[in-house]
Amino acid sequence: MIPEIGQFALILALALAVCQTIIPLVGAHRGDAAMMAVGRTAATGHFLFVAVSFACLTYAFLVSDFSVLYVANHSQLALPTLYKVSAVWGAHEGSLLLWILILAAWTLAVARFSSGLPVAFAARVIGVLGFLSIGFLLFALLTSNPFDRLVPAPADGGDLNPLLQDPGLAIHPPLLYVGYVGFSVAFAFAIAAMISGDLDQKWARWTRPWTTVAWMFLTLGIALGSWWAYYELGWGGWWFWDAVENASFMPWLIGTALIHSLAVTEKRGLFKSWTLLLAITAFSLSLLGTFLVRSGIIVSVHAFATDPTRGFFILSFLAIVVIGALVLYAWRAPALDSDVGFSPLSRETFLLLNNVLLVVATALVLIGTLAPLVVEMMSGGKISIGPPWFNVAFLVPMLPLVILLGMGMHTAWRTQNADAWWRVLRIPAIAAIVLGVIIPLLFYGRVSLMLVVGCGAAAWIVISALIQPVRSLLRQKGTAGITRSALGMSVAHLGMGLFVIGVTIVSAFGVESDQALQPGESIEVAGFEFHLVGLSNVQGPNFSAIEAEIEIRDDGKLVDTIRPQKRQYLVQKSWMTEAGIRAGLDKDLFVALGDQLGQNSWSVRIQYKPLIRFIWLGALVMAIGGLIAISDRRYRAGSRAAEAPA
Amino acid sequence: MKPRQQRMLAVGLAALGIAIAAGLTLRAFQDNMMFFVEVSDVAAGKYPKERNFRIGGLVVGGSVQRDEGSIDIRFEVTDTACTVPVTYSGVLPDLFREGQGVVAHGRMGEDKVFAADKIMAKHDEDYMAPEVADSLSKHQQDIQQAVAKGAVECGTSDS
Repeated sequence: MIPEIGQFALILALALAVCQTIIPLVGAHRGDAAMMAVGRTAATGHFLFVAVSFACLTYAFLVSDFSVLYVANHSQLALPTLYKVSAVWGAHEGSLLLWILILAAWTLAVARFSSGLPVAFAARVIGVLGFLSIGFLLFALLTSNPFDRLVPAPADGGDLNPLLQDPGLAIHPPLLYVGYVGFSVAFAFAIAAMISGDLDQKWARWTRPWTTVAWMFLTLGIALGSWWAYYELGWGGWWFWDAVENASFMPWLIGTALIHSLAVTEKRGLFKSWTLLLAITAFSLSLLGTFLVRSGIIVSVHAFATDPTRGFFILSFLAIVVIGALVLYAWRAPALDSDVGFSPLSRETFLLLNNVLLVVATALVLIGTLAPLVVEMMSGGKISIGPPWFNVAFLVPMLPLVILLGMGMHTAWRTQNADAWWRVLRIPAIAAIVLGVIIPLLFYGRVSLMLVVGCGAAAWIVISALIQPVRSLLRQKGTAGITRSALGMSVAHLGMGLFVIGVTIVSAFGVESDQALQPGESIEVAGFEFHLVGLSNVQGPNFSAIEAEIEIRDDGKLVDTIRPQKRQYLVQKSWMTEAGIRAGLDKDLFVALGDQLGQNSWSVRIQYKPLIRFIWLGALVMAIGGLIAISDRRYRAGSRAAEAPA
Repeated sequence: MKPRQQRMLAVGLAALGIAIAAGLTLRAFQDNMMFFVEVSDVAAGKYPKERNFRIGGLVVGGSVQRDEGSIDIRFEVTDTACTVPVTYSGVLPDLFREGQGVVAHGRMGEDKVFAADKIMAKHDEDYMAPEVADSLSKHQQDIQQAVAKGAVECGTSDS
């Protein structure tokens, strides 16, 4: 009964989404206030019904209702409760429902917090979001119904993929989706502005916080995914340029460009049509990512099981959204351009360069991701593009980007006096070069050109990000301090600096080594002694495991004892590696158990990963920067209402 | 700068960026493109010489050999028609098993043994890499039999 209620609620949500789309859009066109007001109500109802539907599916998982096919395939009686909940989005159907729920939640948030917006504009935004909801609701109902029944119901379920039985991965998809889907708000704002033909600096101010919040979540989601891949997959890397990773990274890159372009549009009223194009692209890439992940068209560790009808549906929806948006863009955007100029040395120039470089980076990632598809279609050969290509290609736009970043932060809008600029930047520039040599030499005993460039760039970003906040700290009370907006920017850039130093050091000095090891034996990796004390059997709720006890010593002194496991999950009979990690801010020491090589000997993968934590820490700091930026006074509801036109 | 100049600057920079990117892409693509070669083609000697490529198929039952206490391993991969011997040194993925699908990166040695530097098995039991599934379906052999015995009629089926 409960699953039927869930499905029925989903159908009602679709009906409300149709109302939410048509009535406000027509109302806005006619200037009918009553019709426009329907948008908010319909959005609220739409959210409620989707929430009911989602709750029904969650309930089916919690009570292990195996008469529901999706539950039977992805859950099991002995599954811990946390994973019963996260199993809801553990596969295609449920994760699509999560996507729909998050889209409805974003819509509700827009409806609730849009009191400061012009009525017709808000109605159009809600209408466009409703249209997107229709697409996904139809997708779920027609091709991927999570409530399909299974008769007769099996006694026990097929279990959740053991890889997904991990707290990090339980919250990775929700975070990622909040980010992905959040770009739909910027998209809807862009479409609404193009329909009304009215785009001013206020529009950018309205759009900015929404975009920043979506970007923050996407940042956290990607970082969490990277962290999970590091400790759970046990391949020892933190980024593999896998097609699905790229699918989440491309919207992030364009989203980052959009945040910067919106800054120019808000402050100076420039780059309007460019900003619109980025808003459209960011969301289109989110949809493209969905297509790549769910159509099975691309070989990836993340790919969901293949189903051609699903791929066809998303591709059609993607085509409608992208072509519709671009046609509207071609028709409306030229009228929006403004007539203000800026000098070559100005913040506008640097933000323009930022955008060009980020777009080039996105294009490279896109080329590398789609190349295997294109080559296969053209010649039939099956190729893959290895991570080395991505590593090199991506560096080309990124190096100038990080160097320009430090300069751009200290450049004034409109025009910047070159002498004053040089006075601010010369000491940080010299300090960065010096640190670029000293950091690798002092801490790691080796230096190379790439190390100097990497560490120097990181130091450069960190120093130039800190100048403004430190100055405002030293300033006397009573004088104007740094704005939240500027502080947020500094903090986010600081995060970028931490990320760069982490990537540089771990790439240059990380060690990975596969070895055979027996109890009582020791091996040395990167100056640390790894001693296998012994092996034992342990039991988990739904797995049994072999656990190794490994002591790590540095110069004979015990650093830590870690216990990597090899787990066998009882239902799927599959083996999983649970790495043992001694995590530290300065370095990670990592041991994963491989296979038994004979009587008592095991293969182990041992890794030394200096500063790898800085990669995820940097992402976290970037997200915090976003949070600080949106807390700026000018985004608050009160001030927005006061400035909104009547 | 006047708006028109701005636009020119933007277009010029974008064009420059894309040109550099395109050049770089093409150059580096050559070195980093890895072809997937079917096991039957490898057995027939049709594979890229002196560069890396990928092979994929099923691990032949009973073919996995390793010396006691060593991380070196040797096994055979079949597409149900032919088999190719593979060597690898290191930790195998969790889902590597006899009779299961596998993809290996590496190159052919002089001794006609494929020296793998990377072994991939899927995370999902039911999932098989599309290229492997493709390659298997071309040879309408009995998969069970092929897995149990290895090559069945190598060379007679030309793909």
